[in-house]
Amino acid sequence: MFVIKRLLFVLLVVWSASTITFFIPRISDINPIRERFAELARLGGFSAGELEKIVESYSKAFGLDKPLMQQYFDYIGGVMTLDFGVSLNKFPKTVLMLIAESLPWTIGLILVTTILSFVIGNLVGALAAWPLSPKWVRGVSTSFILFQGVPPVLLAILLIFFVAFKLNILPIAGAYSIGTVPDFTFEFLLDVARHQILPGIALIFGSLGTWVLSMRGMGITIQGEDYVIFAEHKGLSSYTIFKDYYLRNALLPQVTALALALGNVITSAIVVETIFGLPGLGFVLITAIRSNDFLVIYGIVLFITIAVAVLMALVELLYPLLDPRVRQGQE
Amino acid sequence: MINYFKRNISLTIGLGLLIFLILFTLHGLLTVEFKQAYPLAVRPKQPPSLKYLFGTDFFGRDLYTAMVVGVWQTAIIGLLAGAAGTIIGIVLGFISAYFSGLVDVVIKFICQILTPIPAFLIQVVIASSIDKRDVTIITMAVVVFLLSWMAPTLVIRSQVLSMRERQFVAVAKLSGMNSLEIIFKEIFPNLLPFIAAAFVAQVFQAVFASFYLAVIGLGPLREPLLGNTIWAAQSQSAFFNGWWWWPVGPSVAMILILGSLALINMGLDEMANPRIRNKE
Repeated sequence: MFVIKRLLFVLLVVWSASTITFFIPRISDINPIRERFAELARLGGFSAGELEKIVESYSKAFGLDKPLMQQYFDYIGGVMTLDFGVSLNKFPKTVLMLIAESLPWTIGLILVTTILSFVIGNLVGALAAWPLSPKWVRGVSTSFILFQGVPPVLLAILLIFFVAFKLNILPIAGAYSIGTVPDFTFEFLLDVARHQILPGIALIFGSLGTWVLSMRGMGITIQGEDYVIFAEHKGLSSYTIFKDYYLRNALLPQVTALALALGNVITSAIVVETIFGLPGLGFVLITAIRSNDFLVIYGIVLFITIAVAVLMALVELLYPLLDPRVRQGQE
Repeated sequence: MINYFKRNISLTIGLGLLIFLILFTLHGLLTVEFKQAYPLAVRPKQPPSLKYLFGTDFFGRDLYTAMVVGVWQTAIIGLLAGAAGTIIGIVLGFISAYFSGLVDVVIKFICQILTPIPAFLIQVVIASSIDKRDVTIITMAVVVFLLSWMAPTLVIRSQVLSMRERQFVAVAKLSGMNSLEIIFKEIFPNLLPFIAAAFVAQVFQAVFASFYLAVIGLGPLREPLLGNTIWAAQSQSAFFNGWWWWPVGPSVAMILILGSLALINMGLDEMANPRIRNKE
């Protein structure tokens, strides 16, 4: 029952997102096809009459001459089957193909940085609240909260400036050195890893502050609880109390927060990718924006929305595994 | 008063930073020539010097002037979108919580459906649907506001719900106040700290969102908005060409703006819920 409810919710979210992306461009008077070909016309000329003809035939090919409701149902049907249409700019390629090509880069970056920042942030936050940690540890870890106000993008630019530009230790941008051929050799993978360090650090530190702040808050609340005092009097080692009482209790709310933050995590990763010129989803998005490739923009937006909604639902299905109290509530 | 500021360090530092930024911008607005924030006004590609405090960019803009105008425009977007979002949030939150029933269910449901959709992406859709020549500071504020009223609505709603059950409201009802009187005389004043916190959070979100939009090239391209300057620098590969001052200046300004707002927000949170205060 719970699963069906969550699934319905995911469908509703995806439906409303695709309805918004369907109607907003149609409210505005911009015609994506005309916009794209007018740009081509400016660059290397065909006459206005020809432009109209091209726009007309393309509109037909994309089904834009059908009645609005028909278009809408086709569109929703397409979104539900992950068919987002064709790229105007790289014509024979579909939007899904473009996404599939760039997705591995983005997933790799997001997976590694999110896990690291979640783990480090929660540990640091717990240390900041823990009464037994030395004063300097508490001071240092509390100061990590300051990262909360700094978006990863700005961190990225400062990192490029200090580490790549001034010290010249790491590359400024790109996914691999110019002139290397993508290949599965050890040198190439090392090269790729070197290029991922700065974006990785920017994303990890950019989202660290949130985890430190909320974990510290929870740690402070737990301190006064009777069961912690009882555990201390029982003579449990401080390591056990830290691990099983502080971290364990904060796990469920923190995982919930992680699910809620997914949208922000992905957005930040995408914008950071554009700063570093990494060939992930962000790069495809910014190229599409530059070249007025509207179906690609909408496709990426919907794809990420679907991913976020599905991931959030999956995380919620994990709750019973994480917390015995939820398990009992459902039975 | 002074003692309170001593205790609430994040609020003090945040307000201090904000006052510094306001003074910087006001002083700048009174002294600079606005023309210099636009292309072809000064010698291009000059590193920071006494004449050009923050250097000049590839297009011949004085980056100090650009920063003054950019911070000012960022403030306009933040305040407009923040105020609009907070007001809508207060109105919807009150309606939803006070009258409950079907209205409450509908408003809450819409908020819950829209919340998991990454707002930034919908903003990308809206911003890219506007003709690039039509994008102005005001349209940026509208785009940002359209998807940012859900959070304050839910916050205000839950606060009104909890307040409605408190004793002073019951006393007010028994003493014959009507619901409008209760809302404005009893509940509203008690909500002020929450409204202030929600407003600062909204301004933060608006500044953040408009900055991200501008960084990926969806801002008003003619204006020297901070995000636009970074976008322009990235498009011209500023770091590869050695023009480091071009993207670094606006980044530092943005860190100061967002940092001060985040600190103020943390301070206000502490003011509104004394329970999270660190017991030391």
